[in-house]
Amino acid sequence: MGKITLKSVRKAFGEVDVIPGIDLGIEDGEFVVFVGPSGCGKSTLLRLIAGLEDVTSGTITIDGKDMTELPPAQRGLAMVFQSYALYPHMSVRKNIAFPLKMAGVSPEEQERKVQAAAKVLNLGDYLDRRPGQLSGGQRQRVAIGRAIVREPKAFLFDEPLSNLDAALRVSMRQEISELHQNLKTTMIYVTHDQVEAMTMADKIVVLNAGRIEQVGSPMELYRSPANLFVAGFIGSPKMNLIEGAEAARHGAATIGIRPEHIDIGRGDWHGVVGLSEHLGSDTFLKVMADGLGTLTVRADGEVSIKAGDRIRMSPQPDKIHRFDKDGKALA
Amino acid sequence: MARAVTPRRKLLLTASAWSVALLIFFPVLWTVLTSFKTEVSAVASPPQLFSADWTLENYAEVWQRSDYPRFFWNSVVLSVGSTLLGLVIAIPAAWSMAFVPGTRTRDLLMWMLSTKMMPAAAVLIPMYLIFQRTGLFDSRLGLVLALMLMNLPVIVWMLYTYFKEIPAEILEAARMDGANLWSEILYVLTPMAVPGIASTVLLNVILAWNEAFWTITLTTTKAAPLSAFIASFSAPQGLFYAKLSAASTMAIAPILILGWFSQKQLVRGLTFGAVK
Repeated sequence: MGKITLKSVRKAFGEVDVIPGIDLGIEDGEFVVFVGPSGCGKSTLLRLIAGLEDVTSGTITIDGKDMTELPPAQRGLAMVFQSYALYPHMSVRKNIAFPLKMAGVSPEEQERKVQAAAKVLNLGDYLDRRPGQLSGGQRQRVAIGRAIVREPKAFLFDEPLSNLDAALRVSMRQEISELHQNLKTTMIYVTHDQVEAMTMADKIVVLNAGRIEQVGSPMELYRSPANLFVAGFIGSPKMNLIEGAEAARHGAATIGIRPEHIDIGRGDWHGVVGLSEHLGSDTFLKVMADGLGTLTVRADGEVSIKAGDRIRMSPQPDKIHRFDKDGKALA
Repeated sequence: MARAVTPRRKLLLTASAWSVALLIFFPVLWTVLTSFKTEVSAVASPPQLFSADWTLENYAEVWQRSDYPRFFWNSVVLSVGSTLLGLVIAIPAAWSMAFVPGTRTRDLLMWMLSTKMMPAAAVLIPMYLIFQRTGLFDSRLGLVLALMLMNLPVIVWMLYTYFKEIPAEILEAARMDGANLWSEILYVLTPMAVPGIASTVLLNVILAWNEAFWTITLTTTKAAPLSAFIASFSAPQGLFYAKLSAASTMAIAPILILGWFSQKQLVRGLTFGAVK
């Protein structure tokens, strides 16, 4: 079991309210991603749940039990850190066994569990090595192994893939997703990378300046962002935001249209292509649109439009997002 | 751009480095050489650096006339004992200063270090009286305590510097893994800080071994270490330079050998953290 509930959780460092007050429920077995720009409080929120930081006020309950005042070790959670935080003086085997040793598990049982974790994570050949002799990806696996053997109520991941190169990041992302499918344990995953959030999460929590902007499934957030912040943050490349007369024509202060929801070749929008990026599967065009500003448009990979061409565009009418002057989405 | 070093400049630098080193080392060299001279050639005028009649007589006589092994053992107990006791107190202190610093931690560290700048003579009388009244006078326990307190600021400061280099996330990981404070210090922090702790131990053993003011003042016979052993050879009957030198050589030899073999560790330890 791993149902986590935050009630009016507030964190202040001195005079500064890092997290002014958050209410959030995480269901058992859910994969929840906290996403937001640097300094939005997502890591702090994770550390509050872990018990590595004390809450200023509010309560954190795990499976209905108030854990607010308990030290990290007694919360039954396991954490994987961005820097891996392996014990450099211990072998991989001892690193993975450390939580078991702390729990007073017998040496035979420790070895059995270490072997089981090593098998899941393909670490069998490295058990006698020190962390310093491993690659980044292997180190991250050891860190995950150390978390698995505890059989925690929930896993906490603090930007675990940030130190890996792009290719490894993709494969580790898939490994963590598979791990979640196999273990079915609650996972809370912090990242600033919205691609990780979109691909891994059952539920995304978008944070900004210590506040929750929106909670929902990846597709809910993509389809109906609650405000301009979420609209701009979720989706890659970013949603185009247009103000002025064009927005007013749709009865809004701002309208948003995603690059993939603009059709080329017909319509009322005119513009000159400033930059054309061919990715193979897609082509992204930066278009200086008349009266609208710069728009990003996704076109077919094979399209032969090049910089300097003048094109016509039209937004798909049902894909236009409307926002009021405070940035809130209009129904 | 690297600075160009001409052969002439290099020669000059090497020569001056050797001169300074020799100048600093000269008193030790003089002592060692004198210890092998006869009393007559030791006081010869004009003084001779090298004597014609080498002898081991001084060593034989010093060994016979005094109980060297007892002084030696006292030195070992005092220097190692005070250092280990210091570590037991300093590790938790440095841990809290490095990982849960308060707003006044820096000031506290500075204050601790400033106590090292106080002249020892200023507290001579109260210390002497306290030691006499409490029965600590001329006891190993008393001197272990005194030397430990004296070197504690240095131990805390050094350990603090080493601990600051250890990423806090690793200790947090230990906490998440179920370690309580003591397990965290015992299984994670201390093993990771072993090189730093080793340098600290070495330096403090040397400092305590060489300490003369308090060890001579606060002992008579029972707890007297090698510093008092040297002093005992400057008797009212007059100074016997050759024997005094033999005693001095015997007193400094162990620590000199220890220092020689641990040079690398010491230098590494003292410059630790200076360059990332």
